[in-house]
Amino acid sequence: MGNLQYKVIVGLEIHVHLRTKSKMFCGCALEYGATANSRVCPVCLGMPGSLPVMNKQAFEYAVLAALALNCKIAEFTKWDRKGYYYPDLPKNYQISQYDLPLGTGGFIEIPLQSGQTKKIRIIRVHLEEDAGKNLHPAGNFSQIDLNRAGTPLLEIVTEPDMNSAAEVRALAVELQRIVRFLGVSVADMQKGHMRFEPNINLIITRDGTEYKTPIAEIKNLNSFRALERSVDYEIQRQLDEFLQTGKVMEMGNKTTHGWDDENQTTVLQREKEEAHDYRYFPEPDLVPVVMNERWLNEIKSKLCELPLQKQMRYVSEYKLSDYDAGVLTAERSTAEFFERAVKKGGDPKRVCNLLTQVGLKLANEAGCTLAELIPAAENVAELAEMIDTGKVSASAGNTIMRKMAESGEKPQIIAEQLNLLQKSDAGELEVIVDKVLEGNPKAVEDVKSGGKKSKKARGFLLGQVMQKTSGRANPKIISEILAEKLG
Amino acid sequence: MRNELLDMGCRQLRDEIAAGQVKSVAATEAVFEAVEKYEETIGAYISTFRKQAIAKANEVDEKITAGKKVGLLAGVPIAVKDNMCTAFGATTCASKILENFHAPYNATVIEKLLAADAVIVGKTNMDEFAMGSSTETSGFRRTVNPWDTSRVPGGSSGGSAAAVAGRLCFAALGSDTGGSIRQPASFCGVVGLKPTYGRVSRYGLVAFGSSLDQIGPLTRTVGDCALMMNVIAGYDQADSTSVDEETAPVCDYLEKLDEPIENLKIAIVPQFNAGADEQVQKALRDAVGTYKELGAEIIEVDMPHLDYAVAAYYVIATAEASSNLARYDGVHYGHRTDNASDYIEVYSKSRAEGFGKEVKRRIMLGTYTLSSGYYDAYYLKALKVRNLIRSDFTDVFEKCDCIMTPVSPTTAFKLGEKVDDPLTMYLSDVYTIAANLAGVPAISIPCGFDEKELPIGLQFLAPAFSEDRLLRIARMFEKQTDWHKKKPVIS
Ligand SMILES: [Zn+2]
Repeated sequence: MGNLQYKVIVGLEIHVHLRTKSKMFCGCALEYGATANSRVCPVCLGMPGSLPVMNKQAFEYAVLAALALNCKIAEFTKWDRKGYYYPDLPKNYQISQYDLPLGTGGFIEIPLQSGQTKKIRIIRVHLEEDAGKNLHPAGNFSQIDLNRAGTPLLEIVTEPDMNSAAEVRALAVELQRIVRFLGVSVADMQKGHMRFEPNINLIITRDGTEYKTPIAEIKNLNSFRALERSVDYEIQRQLDEFLQTGKVMEMGNKTTHGWDDENQTTVLQREKEEAHDYRYFPEPDLVPVVMNERWLNEIKSKLCELPLQKQMRYVSEYKLSDYDAGVLTAERSTAEFFERAVKKGGDPKRVCNLLTQVGLKLANEAGCTLAELIPAAENVAELAEMIDTGKVSASAGNTIMRKMAESGEKPQIIAEQLNLLQKSDAGELEVIVDKVLEGNPKAVEDVKSGGKKSKKARGFLLGQVMQKTSGRANPKIISEILAEKLG
Repeated sequence: MRNELLDMGCRQLRDEIAAGQVKSVAATEAVFEAVEKYEETIGAYISTFRKQAIAKANEVDEKITAGKKVGLLAGVPIAVKDNMCTAFGATTCASKILENFHAPYNATVIEKLLAADAVIVGKTNMDEFAMGSSTETSGFRRTVNPWDTSRVPGGSSGGSAAAVAGRLCFAALGSDTGGSIRQPASFCGVVGLKPTYGRVSRYGLVAFGSSLDQIGPLTRTVGDCALMMNVIAGYDQADSTSVDEETAPVCDYLEKLDEPIENLKIAIVPQFNAGADEQVQKALRDAVGTYKELGAEIIEVDMPHLDYAVAAYYVIATAEASSNLARYDGVHYGHRTDNASDYIEVYSKSRAEGFGKEVKRRIMLGTYTLSSGYYDAYYLKALKVRNLIRSDFTDVFEKCDCIMTPVSPTTAFKLGEKVDDPLTMYLSDVYTIAANLAGVPAISIPCGFDEKELPIGLQFLAPAFSEDRLLRIARMFEKQTDWHKKKPVIS
């Protein structure tokens, strides 16, 4: 191979479905999985004479997302028609934004494996309508389902600032977390709510000379795995191709690929970039959108601390592990619940354990959020305190947490009802300890003699006390009494 | 023997029906008798709804007998151009590609007509997709001018104009993208109003040039025109380009109709009128005389950018049309070819078979002007011209109440005379196009006849949303003349 080094260059184009109740330009409900062509009207069917009306909520969601991506929001933006013929596009043009996107010049911060973060620049964010779906059942025909036609679609285009498949994946994951946090998208990958199109090439340095490989675009990826693997595959493919052919980037030699998930390979779709002429022009059926300060401030007020910032703050401020902080910031409702419980006085680490070990599992099973599961976050704070002060054991705490989810009762009451309060009265416990010591002279002997057996015997004695108290004794206090009596 | 009822104006007919003196059924039957008798000659309609119309007429009559309140057009038989969607019958735009298209909904104007208790008698012939100035590009039939059946009725709302002039309805709706209401109104000797862009909802109007299209009435008198405006004008949330009540409230266009405008100042544009036939110029001079007698002041103004109006219009209108008509591809509705071997051929063959020559010409023109590399030179430049024309109008309207021009350089021409000469055909819109580019309202009223006994039209243009004043200015002339009382004898 000689002296060869290479750098990976990846830019991303991402499409995100917004979670509005109705479509972008008509009143049809957005409903995944409904009977084909049941969520349609003259507007989204592109019937003659029908006219689009902008969904204000969709626009506000798009602006909110653009703000979270640190974009400059356009004071004046308009709609354009992008013309191309395709059976799933009823009007044979798509209403989109061409030269005046609603957001420009932002960035997204992504976590790196090193624990550092990296800023990936965002070129533009704009809003458009999605197309329908072509279905290809067996036989000499195709079918078209237009339920999806007109779904508000946010398009985000990054600069080619990513240098590995892992970074591409990190951006995708981070973006999903952001749009979910903001509540602007359900961002369910399986439902096609997010689609990715990476543009990949390599800068290869061989014997002091730099070569750029032709850019390859992979279309329509809808899972993090496919995204990461296809980028990795493409890196290797381009490297191999360069070594075999020496082909470098030229005007018009960008290629388009699909991802074959079964064989885990990219498949060439178009050899040469077609000189696609979309004949954009301003959409005459819609009026431009003028963003004034009041409206913008209203949207800004819905911004919140972004998940990555929260995660890093949890680590530095609450001393949580990065992993735990990540789990707590996966969903906005979880993070907010956590913060409420901490604010009510719960120890962050203890609250975190209760939530990650019990709460989230239960919420997941019930298909709801933590707040829906346990309306009063202060109950969790109280429970955390009970564990910390030794009123209940950590394992009893988990049991109480489960009961709280069922009954909504206060932890103190549950602990009493289930007899889970620990005996911490040293006097009462001393009597029990004495009885155990009396009944187990052999073990007492072993402890006193020291050496290997000592530790085991001490554990045995402690276990005996626990048994006599049906596990309700505070092990810390028993240990102290034992130490006092046995040295 | 003609039924006298048919000569009655909409207002009078409506009042007499509402008062129980005339039955809507009688008026409706009279219309269909006339249709039976003359439609074969005139060819105004693409479809008629006799049964449905009679049923609606009966319903209105029963309402009146029962003492219930009825709408502004109670029982009045009305025709609509076949580019407005109706949930009944077909909506064809006079194109083979939509021959069997049945819209699943009513256009907003149709809903408004029905809510006003109008009786919709049929849908009128037009140039295919409203592209033409003679109704000769219709994919289905020929419409002739009731004043001379060897001549065109004008276009593209030729069917509506012929139906109103020929007494095959009492009033009609047309659409106007570059003169398509006013020019046929002028050729057929009736009143035609293109309202301000945004005054009447376009929802359900099959688009030709979306930024230019506007629905308006064709009637026999200015008063009927005002009545129709009272029914169809107003904000519609389904049309983002319709103007809301706060910006420009609609008014009762009949309320002050008979009050003349005091200190009326009319501008004429000499540069503009020079190209018209001598007979047309004479009619204009006579009209100037009439207004002077009425105390109006006539001033001459210059509109330097009007020379570029036709060029800019044909760039913008065809560009929008090429996009608007992209949906007629045989995939979701409308004509689909029987001979496609793949989906690309479904598109190309369906469109090749379904569209007529003029429509294809304009789609190609529009596609070309929007193509990358040409956009700046054509479309963008046309938008700049459009802005200059708008500001020309703003300047002129600071000096006057309205502008007066001919509607068309000529009176109705012979069938077949210009159909193969698109450029000459396009130039027949030279006086009407500017109003669409600027979005301002304009009206055409009868103002005389040429030596061949063909009607001549007079056009007024006024500032945006001043339809009330425009109608009053027109009414001043109408009161002073009796051109509107003449009616064609159909041979
Ligand atoms: Zn819809």
